[in-house]
Amino acid sequence: MSDTILVVESVHKAFGKLEVLRGIDLSLAEHEVVCLIGASGSGKSTLLRCVNLLEPIDGGRIVLHGDEITGRGVDLNAVRRGIGIVFQSFNLFPHMSVLDNVTLGPRKALGLGRGQAETRADELLARFGLADKRGDYPDRLSGGQQQRVAIVRALAMQPRLLLLDEVTSALDPELVAEVLQVIRELASEGMTMLIATHEMGFARDVAHRVCFLDAGVILEQGPPEEIFGAPREPRTQQFLQRIVEAGRL
Amino acid sequence: MKIFLSAEVLILVLALGIAVLRSLPGPVFFPLRAFAVVYVDLFRSVPTILVIYILGFGVPALQLPGVPIDPLFWGVVSLVLVYSAYVAEVYRAGIESVHPSQSAAARSLGLTHLQALRFVVVPQAVRRVVPPLLNDFIGLTKDTALVGLLGVVEAFRQSQIEVAASFNYTPYIATAIIFIVLTVPMARFTDWLVARDKRRQQAGMTA
Repeated sequence: MSDTILVVESVHKAFGKLEVLRGIDLSLAEHEVVCLIGASGSGKSTLLRCVNLLEPIDGGRIVLHGDEITGRGVDLNAVRRGIGIVFQSFNLFPHMSVLDNVTLGPRKALGLGRGQAETRADELLARFGLADKRGDYPDRLSGGQQQRVAIVRALAMQPRLLLLDEVTSALDPELVAEVLQVIRELASEGMTMLIATHEMGFARDVAHRVCFLDAGVILEQGPPEEIFGAPREPRTQQFLQRIVEAGRL
Repeated sequence: MKIFLSAEVLILVLALGIAVLRSLPGPVFFPLRAFAVVYVDLFRSVPTILVIYILGFGVPALQLPGVPIDPLFWGVVSLVLVYSAYVAEVYRAGIESVHPSQSAAARSLGLTHLQALRFVVVPQAVRRVVPPLLNDFIGLTKDTALVGLLGVVEAFRQSQIEVAASFNYTPYIATAIIFIVLTVPMARFTDWLVARDKRRQQAGMTA
């Protein structure tokens, strides 16, 4: 496939004796939205952090735009400039205004001038309903607003791949929708995304493909209607059964 | 006062440099990290007065060409070397208190390790350690009295001269008051700085 953006090949990752990823194989085409589902500890977040090179992998390889990024001598910073990541706990910089949070990357990593970076930031903030928050410090914002700022911060780098790590898990229930709406918009615009999520209804709507992770491997993957409608693996059925019982699907 | 001010600026810079060296990751930077550790260990274990004697009397006695023999110069150098070791540890505590997710967020934007330190980690770290930094600087104002041992006339030395001339011990009291007058405003200034910072982050002022 010529428009493949990301290929993950038998990636292994252990923290001490704890094997978190035990051979992950996954590929992502341009404009594709892939959701990773699975219990906490199944390796979803670790996989995203490995793709962004925030965690070095122990085995396998990761290829981005045809270039291996897990080999020796790869410029980590150059790779990360092209991949956006949004974290569960937002991780905004509390000592900076919203505008400075968004412009830091473009100015320091891309070398944009302040004016150009601010124009780009203001456009994005306005698009996501945050124009009046540009001078505020993150502590003043609601969780939903903070997470939208974090998404804007990642988008300001104009990444070709966006990683979302359980971006609604730390939000109050009534704030989840506004963040999911932003992600839906990005999906409809063709942003390539790899999304770890516990929001099954959202995954069913937005994903082109859903991967069920269990104990560090992708046990089952397929279109959402298949995974949610007729899962083949007993473990997947069990997991989804619990989600349904909890009233989350 | 001149001793204190020139020493303080140099200490703030040198100590931050040492704390940053110690935070550098990976095996490549092992020598620099080791240097920072040895530096801190060394200057925290040798008594300040000994460093002042060694540098203040010892170095000028070597009569090396091109090396200053001014005792004031060597007094300031001694204080800078000793206090930078302590202040580096204060900075390090601050740097380590900033959650690793902050650094991860900065690195994920493509910033280098040093850029992440400079723009994200250190600014937050410094805000947190302002009170303990002041603590060290109060110590510093008082230790400037030690430079008097080299024959530099600072406040304490001056008071000794007065006392010796008059057998009246009031100059010691006067000197004590001078030190109080110098340090108490610094303490209030720090309180003000910390309060202002808190206000800013909570009030959503425009940067």
